[in-house]
Amino acid sequence: MNPRNVGQIENADGVGEVGSLACGDALKLFLKLDENERIVEARFQTFGCASAIASSSALTEMIKGMTLDEAAKVTNQDIADFLGGLPKEKMHCSVMGREALEAAIANYRGLPLPMAEGEVVCECFGVTDLEVRRAIEENKLQSVEEITNYTKAGGGCGKCIPRLEEILREVRREAKPLIPDQRPGRLTTIQKIKKIEEVLEREIRPALRKDGGDIELIDVDGDFVIVSLRGACGTCKKSQTTLKEYVEKKLREQVLDTLIVEEGK
Amino acid sequence: MSAVVYMDNNATTRVAPEVVEAMLPYFSELYGNPSSMHTFGGQVGRAIEEARGKIAALLGAGPDELVFTSCGTESDSTAILSALQANPEKRHIVTTRVEHPAVKNLCESLDTLTGHKHRITQLPVNSDGTLDLKLYEESLSDETVIVSAMWANNETGVLFPIEEMAAIARSRGILFHTDAVQAVGKIPIDLARTPVDFLSISGHKLHAPKGIGVLFVRKGTPFAPFLIGGHQEHGRRGGTENVAAIIGLGKACELAARQMDEENSRVRALRDKLEDGLLSSIPNAILNGHKTLRLPNTSNISFEFIEGESILLHLDRYGICASSGSACTSGSLEPSHVMRAMGVPFTAAHGSIRLSLSIYNTEAEVDFVLEKLPPIIAKLREMSPFWQGEHKGKTGGAQCRCACS
Repeated sequence: MNPRNVGQIENADGVGEVGSLACGDALKLFLKLDENERIVEARFQTFGCASAIASSSALTEMIKGMTLDEAAKVTNQDIADFLGGLPKEKMHCSVMGREALEAAIANYRGLPLPMAEGEVVCECFGVTDLEVRRAIEENKLQSVEEITNYTKAGGGCGKCIPRLEEILREVRREAKPLIPDQRPGRLTTIQKIKKIEEVLEREIRPALRKDGGDIELIDVDGDFVIVSLRGACGTCKKSQTTLKEYVEKKLREQVLDTLIVEEGK
Repeated sequence: MSAVVYMDNNATTRVAPEVVEAMLPYFSELYGNPSSMHTFGGQVGRAIEEARGKIAALLGAGPDELVFTSCGTESDSTAILSALQANPEKRHIVTTRVEHPAVKNLCESLDTLTGHKHRITQLPVNSDGTLDLKLYEESLSDETVIVSAMWANNETGVLFPIEEMAAIARSRGILFHTDAVQAVGKIPIDLARTPVDFLSISGHKLHAPKGIGVLFVRKGTPFAPFLIGGHQEHGRRGGTENVAAIIGLGKACELAARQMDEENSRVRALRDKLEDGLLSSIPNAILNGHKTLRLPNTSNISFEFIEGESILLHLDRYGICASSGSACTSGSLEPSHVMRAMGVPFTAAHGSIRLSLSIYNTEAEVDFVLEKLPPIIAKLREMSPFWQGEHKGKTGGAQCRCACS
């Protein structure tokens, strides 16, 4: 591993800084320009894995001799291609290189960072929706996993994954009309509770009452439906069978096939 | 010195030459099935019992308390799922935040696996990786079905007080499992004095081959098999025995018993020399884990402001094998769960390196690493935007709000 152009430039014309220690990789890019805005020197400092260092080195080699306008057109795919490809889970290293270049150009021109304007989607890695949208469009990403590979978004606590799915659908819909999402399991908790109550009232309760029992809904937590068996059911030895074989089966058929019915204590 | 300097013995170990030799006949002329009625197969069955006796001797267990499995993970799954089956009405499990994925991910998947809702308490650890016994005691309840805590941590080598923890669980009538994969063979273990109900072993961590594990199940502990099939292992684990590997593990345990003193004196001295040398010659290097409550072979050091994977790649060019808890090597985008549980700051978590020794390491190898590693760290720091010579790290971490822990 012999990266080129490591180091700083004194009195650089443009400096771009992206990433952070917390995120696990960071890149600081220094540019020196001539009077025609042509890059005469590019240097970098990188904290990160070998792919991050290699991407930084490749970037500086590529942009030397380019005008700023030419350099602004360099994409992350160009950086990856220069290296002869990167493993897919390391693509975010090339994205970081491109963003550092943008930041350095913005710094020189006195403009705000283009990508920082958006809404922060992934708090763990500080990724904005603009970055995610661009990665999807330019690299034709098809899944959240790919978004994570390219931008790191969603690779931390995972809380933003539903939002990433939304953005992916939005961008892909603009690209081409998608078949409407017919996946089950898109119920809100309130909708779920309402449907469960309906089925309980319409079918399950009347059946249990015939045997002198009853059932009450206590809580719904994700896929877990917590109920309490009352009356004859409360003392019946077969109540567990009733719960799983009858109540759970009915609710799975009519509400959501991933529901799990449990007895609350 | 050989071309490879292997200091990654917590990942896997070299199969001891004596072990290979003991196994070879069972790949060739002694191919009989130990369950067969004929003498030809029966002699293999006797060899297995002999191996079982050697393993039992190392642990202070009874031979009939050992069940052969395919790996440490199978042992862990068998123990925990067995406890759940034996006590279906109890739904609380106590474990720790630093467990190996074999236990951690299993506990986190129990709800979907069993179709029942479980409450999992993952005990936190102190910044040196040790456990607070008071917190542990407070976490136990009448609902608790099993405690699962590792004996020695694979990343830091830090030891948990398993004797005390198991005794407390026993006094409350709670089953106790320990993943002792990293401890067996490295530190003395006496199950006659340690009231654990289940203990997991993995062969390849102590110079036996991969593909063999053991689960210790104390006599009288309720047990339900994980693999259901033939009557092998007295019906406790179906499937034809991995004969050669079992013979190999028996030999490895015999060697471990004999070499226990060397592991705890010579290997410990080598580890200490390596660790002290690195900590004193490299600035901003931090030891991860308790200094003494630790395995004799493991050292985990963080080098601030640089990233672990790039250190490993540089070491690799010299044939030095180590591992790291950095994001790039943990298979995710965040540093290892052990580093995070210990609260190692981000400046250091990404640059953690684990060096784990065995009796096969030499002083010349330690000197070689002491010579090669400091310049690698210096070179990478020169490249790092956060390393400013005397200025202790102009960190940019603050701008990255991490919502997760």
